[in-house]
Amino acid sequence: MNDLQFLTWVRGGGLDIAVGIFLLGVLWRLFEIYSLGRKPDLSAPRHASGASGWHTIFRRSIPPPGMLKRSPVSYIGGGIFHIGLAVIVFLFVPHILLITNLTGLSWPGLPSQFVDLVAVVTMAAMVVVLVDRIKNPVKRFLSTFEDWFTWAVTFLPVLTGWLAVQHLLLPYTMMLALHILSVEILLVVLPFTKLFHAFTLFGSRWYNGRVNGHKGVPV
Amino acid sequence: MQGPLIDTLARQGITRRTFLKYCATLASMMALPPSAGLAMAEAIAAVRRPSVIWLPFQECTGCTESITRSHSPTLEGMIFDMISLDYQETLMAAAGFQAEEALHNAMKDNMGKYLLIVDGSIPLGLDGAYSCIGGRSNLEILKEAAEGAAAIIAMGSCASFGGIPKANPNPTGAVSVSDIIKNKPIVNIPGCPPIPAVITGVLAHYLTFGTLPELDDKKRPKAFYGETIHDRCYRRPFYDQGKFAKTFDDEGARRGWCLFELGCKGPVTYNACATEKWNGGTSWPVESGHGCLGCSEPDFWDAGGFYKALSMPADPLKIASAASVAGAAAGVAISVANRAKKGAARSAHETTGLADLEK
Repeated sequence: MNDLQFLTWVRGGGLDIAVGIFLLGVLWRLFEIYSLGRKPDLSAPRHASGASGWHTIFRRSIPPPGMLKRSPVSYIGGGIFHIGLAVIVFLFVPHILLITNLTGLSWPGLPSQFVDLVAVVTMAAMVVVLVDRIKNPVKRFLSTFEDWFTWAVTFLPVLTGWLAVQHLLLPYTMMLALHILSVEILLVVLPFTKLFHAFTLFGSRWYNGRVNGHKGVPV
Repeated sequence: MQGPLIDTLARQGITRRTFLKYCATLASMMALPPSAGLAMAEAIAAVRRPSVIWLPFQECTGCTESITRSHSPTLEGMIFDMISLDYQETLMAAAGFQAEEALHNAMKDNMGKYLLIVDGSIPLGLDGAYSCIGGRSNLEILKEAAEGAAAIIAMGSCASFGGIPKANPNPTGAVSVSDIIKNKPIVNIPGCPPIPAVITGVLAHYLTFGTLPELDDKKRPKAFYGETIHDRCYRRPFYDQGKFAKTFDDEGARRGWCLFELGCKGPVTYNACATEKWNGGTSWPVESGHGCLGCSEPDFWDAGGFYKALSMPADPLKIASAASVAGAAAGVAISVANRAKKGAARSAHETTGLADLEK
């Protein structure tokens, strides 16, 4: 298999398998999680301003008072790389083309040099977050194989994509194929690891906010 | 057309100065030092018709057309005339036994010294019966001719990589020259067809230095196949700005914006079209408004469609809907099982301990 055949496979058969497993996993887990249900809370709701599911969704994107100082790397580093990933995935023109082709939705993209800059900043933030996880004894103690693994499968698509655009290390064709392959690995892994928070994050926040809002406690 | 090449060129009105300029350009095109231009000029000028045997196999004659038609008259054409093309079915006057005789004489007289140019792929299916010349299979002829060749030039994508005959499902079992010949130096000059200047560049290099130019991992001369079409494309700035033609006749297309979205394979295609251009530097595919097909890459024919952008899926997703249904079904089945378990736990008055939270 030469590099163009490899690229054609990751764009064809490989993508088919990866998207298939991704959809299977996502639907499976969403059904499983949201069908668990809870006993209905029959107590009378206590009203307090700012206590609701929607408030919590927003509030938890902002560090609670004092926390930014206590763990700046987690908040700033984490914030930067999440926003960076969103910009790279959703505003890079070739990526929009892929989404358009798969779903029919389309929107304008950003100039590739800007996305390139965002990719570098994102990778830097991810490395800082990783170093913090290694150096901070508490974080290291709490980390399992899954944490290191999910960091790697998230980092690799950004790295290979950037290397491909910059024509570094390997010929473009091979690097592009490796980039798409790394994204496919991410797609396959996502529904079955903690990366599934991409789908459950806002649901969980809303749920927590609503339960606490019912009790009259803004969180 | 006997005697040194420079005499023949002079007879056709080419001055020494023009010839030197041409050689210097050729040398710089191949990223050789300035002195190489002079060396090339001296070597080519003095050359006395090196024997070249051109074997056509499973091909469309497009490669020959490219060389004979793209320039009349240019130096490429003349230099090409100057080599002693002892066997070329399309161009030679001889036919039948005479042609076969010319081939065998050329091989015998120049044993170990002639250049062998091959265009077209070699079919292996049905013992090579798909393509025969004079009752002999291409495979047999190639092996015989390769034996006495100093070097082999695989001309065009078919000879280099199998090309269109090898396209899925490859009914003739087509393969490239380098799939068969392992013990001779081979240069691949892929393209459908390849650029004439690349051919003369390789010939000039061989005549001057007695060696083949530096090759990449696909045996292509690095000087011409070192960079992608995309990297040297005059539309590249529009790619960087995110300006793309959406159809072949929209405002973007008229303004010369990037053709990436229309399926241009420039980013994964290594060739010199963007710098050399075609038809004596007149234009080239992307300049004429069509994306690159990737014709100088192996298996370009099966690379997911000419009009699909590289970031688009090469094939439609086949298992997506089935996988979605299976995923939803699995989720529902598990949720039913979970609810049953919960109900059973409730009726059995089971308690939840710390150990359960670790599950």
